[in-house]
Amino acid sequence: MQSLSPNLPPEEQREMLRRMLTIRRFEERASADYLAGKIYGVVHCYIGEEAVAVGVCTALDHGDRIISTHRGHGHCIAKGADLNRMMAELYGRQTGYCKGKGGSMHIADFGIGMLGANGIVAGGIAIVTGAGLAAQMEGKGGVAVSFFGDGASNAGPFHECLNIAATWKLPMLYVCENNMYAAQTAAAATHALSDVAARAAGYGIPGVVVDGNDIFAVYQAANRAVDRARSGAGPTLIECKTYRWRAHTERRGQPDPRDPVEREAWMRRDPIAQLERQLRDQGDLDDAGMESMERDIIAALEAAVAFAEASPFPTPEQATEDAFAA
Amino acid sequence: MRELTYNEAALEAIAEEMRRDPKIFYMSTDALPPLLKEFGGERVRATPITEAALTGMAIGAAGCGFRPIVDWRQVTFCFVAMDQIVNQAAKIHYMFGGQVSFPILYRAAVGGGGLVAAQHSQSPYSMFMNVAGLKMFLPSTPYDIKGLLKTAIRDNNPVISFESSRLMARKGPVPEEDYTIPFGKADIKREGNDVTVVALAWLVHEALAAAEELAREGISVEVVDPRTLVPLDAETIRSSVQKTGRLVIADEAGPTAGFSAEVAAVIAEDAATFARLKAPVKRVCALQVPIPYSPVLENHVFPDRKRIIDGIREVLRARRSAEAA
Repeated sequence: MQSLSPNLPPEEQREMLRRMLTIRRFEERASADYLAGKIYGVVHCYIGEEAVAVGVCTALDHGDRIISTHRGHGHCIAKGADLNRMMAELYGRQTGYCKGKGGSMHIADFGIGMLGANGIVAGGIAIVTGAGLAAQMEGKGGVAVSFFGDGASNAGPFHECLNIAATWKLPMLYVCENNMYAAQTAAAATHALSDVAARAAGYGIPGVVVDGNDIFAVYQAANRAVDRARSGAGPTLIECKTYRWRAHTERRGQPDPRDPVEREAWMRRDPIAQLERQLRDQGDLDDAGMESMERDIIAALEAAVAFAEASPFPTPEQATEDAFAA
Repeated sequence: MRELTYNEAALEAIAEEMRRDPKIFYMSTDALPPLLKEFGGERVRATPITEAALTGMAIGAAGCGFRPIVDWRQVTFCFVAMDQIVNQAAKIHYMFGGQVSFPILYRAAVGGGGLVAAQHSQSPYSMFMNVAGLKMFLPSTPYDIKGLLKTAIRDNNPVISFESSRLMARKGPVPEEDYTIPFGKADIKREGNDVTVVALAWLVHEALAAAEELAREGISVEVVDPRTLVPLDAETIRSSVQKTGRLVIADEAGPTAGFSAEVAAVIAEDAATFARLKAPVKRVCALQVPIPYSPVLENHVFPDRKRIIDGIREVLRARRSAEAA
């Protein structure tokens, strides 16, 4: 059951749907191109978890900052990253966000407050807590958001940063995307408590559990946490219960140890289908609107792929550029 | 010229830079009283004992336009922050295609002499030299530490200031006026013709004492202090060795894959310098063990002026085999 629609104008609700659908179609394309050998290394897909990134980022202002994980495409798109430069980065081209030096796990756009995907589990939590400290010192009401998974919630930086952010009342949101698995290992086997959010009590901050497939529930929890952070009251831990539809990484023939019945149950609770249904029920979306949204997204992705394919690879000599800042 | 201790010169550099630039702030598990008094708790932060968090938070704050200083105090305390140092701070500028700079100063005391045993007597700078993306230095005098710290604070990259525990109370001349010392520029602390000693930190002073003693025997020793470890001034080291033909490297760290090994390689792989070598290179380093507590043991493990003298005599006796034949 989807939460009631928040007090957001219909065009903003449709924009939430458009962003979620963009994430999904982007990753479907990235996965296909990866398996076709056009994208290298490793690709971690966010499909199934789109409501978390979009729900939280809808509650943010342009100047607010976020940090992502190894599963970062969703956060980039939710914060407004450019699809051309994202795709070009996956394609390893000069025109990519990182000039072809980062790839899927390291896309960043500091210009929009996206402080980067990060290849190390829990690696970004301290960095974005520093962005929260920066926001507090800037004194302009900015907030910072750490996205991380259930796996990272067992790592030291999570605990260290919650403590320091709570003590210094940093304007932070700690958003745990609990998709129930750290790579292949079930969270139930590595967490003594079933709710990561319960750990907030140990740091004297609010800990909230929300249905991470319900974008309005995510948005409303994030909105409250953002208000709290902007008011100077400090951080909030939000745990979004969700599920990734695909394997830990895109890899042909990789076994997925998860129960298919569990997976299918979560797929029936598709966050995108749920929002689409609700917008239709509200009379804010019809067939024509949905078709044109799909068409526009596919066109944008085709353009992004064309941009990437037309872009030059870096020259070998560029490997030594940007070793240090001037 | 007035004299300051190494520690006073360091603090003066930081205070002067903090006065100049309000974007600089300082995080350490205990706030340094003189800095706290002048700049207040907002800019001089006493933190929980969470070096991993501090090290990473500095990266985020730097990426948002601040210029943080993180004082790990003793280098041993930074090992819990290795992910943040190696995977994040060192790589983030390059990995993100250079889109933002990350001006950060990390401070760490290194070296032994305090009889505080293995965990508090470490000199692990070569571990960090091995990581692309970090600059670092290890000064030997109050003058050098002040000038290098100022350069570090003004640099737009993560820089590690390794500071010698043994030298904290050592005095030296420091001018009143503002000055900086560029990275990658070695300082010839004493000129000589017979043998080059490349030494770091406390061992610069031991090498100078050794040079003084040997001068009485008519042996002329050149003492080169690289000061910056990354970037290393290979050119000055090479030209000194081209002049003297003999090289002793003195380091308070162990020899294995160490700073001394890097200097030996810088000499060995350069054809012009190699051609002028009159003797094999000699390393005078700590023994490759954890640093022990008892004075008898600690003194035995660390090199000193006597071992430097022995090393110099050894390279003066030695001949290349072709010449010996």
